[in-house]
Amino acid sequence: MGLTFAEKLLALKAGRDSVQPGQIVEVSPDVAMSHDNAGLVIRQFAQIGVKKVWDPSKIVIPLDHRVPAESTKTANAHKSIRAFVKEQEIASFYDIREGVCHQVLVEKGHILPGMLALGTDSHTTSYGCVGAFGTGIGATEMAAVWATGKIWLRVPESIRVQVNGNFPEMVFPKDFILYLVGKLGAEGANYCSVEFQGPAIANMGIPGRFTICNLSMEMGAKNAVVPVDRVTAEFLEGLGVGSGTAFYPDPDASYAREEVCNISKLAPQVACPHAVDNVKPVEELGGTRIDQAVLGSCTNGRIEDLKEAASVMAGRRVHPDVRMLVVPASKSVLLEGIRTGIITTLVEAGAVLVNPGCGPCLGAHEGILADGEVCIASTNRNFKGRMGSSTSEVYLASPATVAASAVMGRITDPRKVK
Amino acid sequence: MKLKGRAWVTGNDIDTDQIYHGQYLPITDPHEMAKHAMEYVPGMENFPREAKSGDMVVAGKNFGTGSSREHAVLCLQYLGISCVVAKSFSRIFFRNAVNLGFPVIECPLLSETLKTGNTVEVDVVSGKITDLTTGESFRGTPPSGLEKEIAGSGGLIEYLKKGARGLK
Repeated sequence: MGLTFAEKLLALKAGRDSVQPGQIVEVSPDVAMSHDNAGLVIRQFAQIGVKKVWDPSKIVIPLDHRVPAESTKTANAHKSIRAFVKEQEIASFYDIREGVCHQVLVEKGHILPGMLALGTDSHTTSYGCVGAFGTGIGATEMAAVWATGKIWLRVPESIRVQVNGNFPEMVFPKDFILYLVGKLGAEGANYCSVEFQGPAIANMGIPGRFTICNLSMEMGAKNAVVPVDRVTAEFLEGLGVGSGTAFYPDPDASYAREEVCNISKLAPQVACPHAVDNVKPVEELGGTRIDQAVLGSCTNGRIEDLKEAASVMAGRRVHPDVRMLVVPASKSVLLEGIRTGIITTLVEAGAVLVNPGCGPCLGAHEGILADGEVCIASTNRNFKGRMGSSTSEVYLASPATVAASAVMGRITDPRKVK
Repeated sequence: MKLKGRAWVTGNDIDTDQIYHGQYLPITDPHEMAKHAMEYVPGMENFPREAKSGDMVVAGKNFGTGSSREHAVLCLQYLGISCVVAKSFSRIFFRNAVNLGFPVIECPLLSETLKTGNTVEVDVVSGKITDLTTGESFRGTPPSGLEKEIAGSGGLIEYLKKGARGLK
C-alpha cells in the first residue's frame, strides 16, 4: 500500500519504512516556533528543570501578536523572552520589527520542503506552502520539545483535494479556501492531513499556497500541503536556502476522503459571523454595512494581497464611514509596498497603515471593534467577539472583496467595482 | 476514578475565543484566567462567577476549535471544572488538556436529554458517563496508551519528570 505525504514524512522522521494512520510515532522537529507566547513556554520549561534547550539552532521566535507591547504585562513577557533567547543562545529571535511569525519563517527560509515544523500557533499549517509538515501545539507541549527535542504525534488520516480550472477575474485563492472550509465544515478535516493537488494548485504562486494551507486550520486540519514543484524551487532559489527534501504521495496511497473542485465558476466568497465555515457567495450579502475593513494577517498580508486591494481601490477613496487598516505581514512586505507605491496608493485612498504584526486579527490591539460594529477582514477567524465587543461582527473575505467593501461602505462584490 | 458534578451544557463548535478571549492572553496567573472562562459563549457570561468547583462542561461537536492557546484549558481547570465531556474535540484543545492533566472525554453519542443542571458522573478510567438525573448512561472513549500515561501522571511535565523520554 502506498503512502500519503504525511505517512511518508512521519515514517522517515520516525526512522521507519512505513507508518499508518492512528499509529503513534516519536519524532524530532526540524523547527520549533513560538511568538509572544514564548513567555508561557519559558515558564513551563523552567518547571521541567532542564537547563538548556535541546538545540537552539532549531528554535525560532518572532514577536508578533502584540507589537509594540500594548500593556506592561506584554512588555514584561517580551522582556523575559529577550533575556531567555540571549541566555540560551537562540540566534533566530526576531524582535518587534519583523512581522507575523509564519510570514517571517517562510520569507527568511527557515522552512524547507520535507521539514517537520511545530509552532505554538494553530496556523503553523501554513508551512505546507513549501512542502513542509507544519502543525500547531500548546505551550506545555513546546516546553517538552525544548527540553527533549522530541514529540509524539499520531499519524493522521489524509484528505486529498484535487483542484481543477482557472480562477475567474477577481476571484482568488482565499475565495477557494473559504469555499472549501464552508463545504467541509469546521470539523471536516479534524486531525487530518490535507493534500492539495491539481492544475489550479500548480498554477498558484507561493502566496496563494500559503493562504490555502493557512486557512486549512479552520477545517481542523492537522497539517496541509502543496506538492513541491518548479514554483517552490524558484522561490527557494530566490532565498538561497537549499531545497530540502520533497515528499510526494504514492499513486496508490489511501485517503480517508477525496474532494474534486473546479474553480472556473467560483464567485468571491465570504465567511459570515460567527464561524469560518459559515460561507456564502458575496452576492448573497448585498448591502451589509461595515464600519471597519482589515487588510493583513498571516492569511492575506503579503505584497500580492496589498496589490490586489490597491488595484481595486485605485482612483477611489475609502468610504467616509469606514476605517480601513492595512497591516503588512512583515517588514519586507512593508518595504516592498513603499517601494512599489502600493502602500502610498492605499494610504492616499484613506487607509491607515499599521505596523507589521497580528494586531486586530485576534482582538489584541490596533483596531478593536465597538459594540454592534461590523468588520470585513482578510484574516482567518471571525468567532464571536474575536476582534472586540461581543456584539461586534466579523466577515472574512479576500483582499479584493475587503477593498471593494471599504470603498463602498458595505460588503461588495469586487467584480462590481471596475 | 469517578467525577461527579453539575453539568453545564453547551453547543457545537465552541471556539477558543469564546472559551478564553484573545484580550486576556497576557494574563499569566491561571487563577486570574479562570475569571474569564467561557465568557464569550452565549448564555454563559456569568459562568465564571456561577460555576462551582467540581462542575462539568458538556458540549457538542468540535469543542475547543480554533487557537492553540492553553489558556482555554487552564481557565476551566483553575475555575475548578472537573472535566469536559463532548461529542468531539478539536485536536489542539484535546492535546493541551491531556498535557495539562485536565480530563477530557469524547462521547459521540451524548444525548440532548443531558441538560444544564443535571448531575453527571464521569468514570475517567472506563469512559462511562452517567446522567444521574435521568438515569441514562453513555460510553465515552477513555484515555488509552500514551495519552493515558500522560493523563495518569497528572500532565506532560509530571510525566517527563518521572523520567519518561530519557530526560537528562
